[in-house]
Amino acid sequence: MNPEIRELYQQIILDHNKNPKNFGKIDPYNHHAEGFNPLCGDHLHLYLHTEGDRIVNISFEGGGCAISKSSASMMTAFVKGKTVQEAETLFNRFHEMVTGTGKSDEDYSDLDKLAVLQGVREFPVRVKCASLSWHTLVAALKQPETVISTE
Amino acid sequence: MIPLNSNFESKPVGLDVEKIRKDFPILDTQVSGRQLVYLDNAATTHKPVAVIERMKKYYESENSNIHRGVHFLSQLATKEYESAREKIRGFINAGSTREVIITRGATDSINLVAQSFGRKFIGAGDEIIISEMEHHANIVPWQMLCESTGAVLRYIPINDNGELILEKFDVLLNSRTKLVSVTRCSNALGTINPVEYIIEKSHQQGTPVLIDGSQSIQHGTIDVQKLDADFFVFSGHKLYGPTGTGVLYGKEKYLREMPPYQGGGDMILNVSMEKTTYNDLPYKFEAGTPNIAGVIGLGAAIDYINSIGMDLISAHEKELTRYALTGLSSIWQVILIGEPKNRAPVFSFILEGIHPHDIGTILDFEGIAIRAGHHCAQPVMERYCIPATARASFAVYNTFEEIDKLVLGIRRVLEVFS
Repeated sequence: MNPEIRELYQQIILDHNKNPKNFGKIDPYNHHAEGFNPLCGDHLHLYLHTEGDRIVNISFEGGGCAISKSSASMMTAFVKGKTVQEAETLFNRFHEMVTGTGKSDEDYSDLDKLAVLQGVREFPVRVKCASLSWHTLVAALKQPETVISTE
Repeated sequence: MIPLNSNFESKPVGLDVEKIRKDFPILDTQVSGRQLVYLDNAATTHKPVAVIERMKKYYESENSNIHRGVHFLSQLATKEYESAREKIRGFINAGSTREVIITRGATDSINLVAQSFGRKFIGAGDEIIISEMEHHANIVPWQMLCESTGAVLRYIPINDNGELILEKFDVLLNSRTKLVSVTRCSNALGTINPVEYIIEKSHQQGTPVLIDGSQSIQHGTIDVQKLDADFFVFSGHKLYGPTGTGVLYGKEKYLREMPPYQGGGDMILNVSMEKTTYNDLPYKFEAGTPNIAGVIGLGAAIDYINSIGMDLISAHEKELTRYALTGLSSIWQVILIGEPKNRAPVFSFILEGIHPHDIGTILDFEGIAIRAGHHCAQPVMERYCIPATARASFAVYNTFEEIDKLVLGIRRVLEVFS
């Protein structure tokens, strides 16, 4: 198989696509936002439950490509239990990683499994697939009900 | 051209595809180290050397503004521009060049009719009929018109095969219907619609019909008089011509009554501080300096098509269509969206559990260009309850081998996701 294809579609991405974590609608939740990428039809709802400053529960629903779905799945797993400030810092790190705006040899191991999405930076049209759930997260944290678009 | 698929019996149509491919320099492009396989022709077709060279010649030796100069170059540019209009007229067999309005594209043409014909002849409570398979260019202008006038938009529904349900059209058509606007061929499903029936039925009660030829103009001959369409629109860039060029054919009896769409130079006879007298047809609808090089290029595209022969192009594309159906059907995971009896060389499909965007990216690694998305036809996606499809669409320069590569590419996608 073409190694570049494997680089983008790593097994862990395919696994999260097939069996996403935190998929569904949590109850209760106190933040919600809708993310939409009209170009390719990616569409997701993100539900968060925060207590004080901490994200105690998070889930997502919706459909999209393997990149957007696995990104949402890994993101929810990673930010669960983190504080709002930590989540916002992670957003910036993740965004820097997938857009390639950081140093070329930057080490993203602090992002744990999310680092597998680093390959996306080679595919400008797919960056917004990977970042949709993150933009939706930031929107959800800002206010209880929002619809956002990565177009 | 020998197809790999042994179940397929090809009927040679006498078209030298290899020779034609040499006319399109871009087909030599390498993508990820592989020869480009361009199957996104419903989005836009490539341009033959004849078109590219013609536009170059215009800029090198004819460039000037048209319809307004006594000098040599202006007269030359005007002559070439109007000669392109005559070629377009001949290509669609319009009765007169007065009925051939040059626009920026099919979208521009439809907006012109919506704003000009619509604002004059369509009012509150009137109805406009379109169909569920239209692309956004034949939906949004009518929605905007309805919003501003209080008219109502009605949709001809489609069946599971992706064909118009004509019995429903018969019921929708009534004395309040002021215009029917449908596509001759769906960009998302490939369906070729029986527009002859729709035109005949609408005319029985005096309702004019606009036919969107965006996806049909490149696949077969068109005779707007024989078809008896009141308006017919298409884009030049889907007909091997330049982007930013389009055509609105309209029957003179309607165009004459319609007010200008945009105001500016070229569409006037006389402007005083108090009043403007509008120019004659077709110039009344052509405000400002047009895409002169593009229109002359479109004329060259028509010459090119005529030099091959539209009948041969159609025959070749019919073979490609049959072959693609055989190939795509050989993969059981492929679900075709739209299985019309009468189909243009356009195929929408999905793979269970794999998003079209992923299909598009993996095929791109193989050098295969397809479209993945909603094809600017979101109501169609809604009808089939899917967010998007992958779409492969063919043109005169495509080959059986390229369809084999597509089929292999789809198998590769399935492998990645297995």
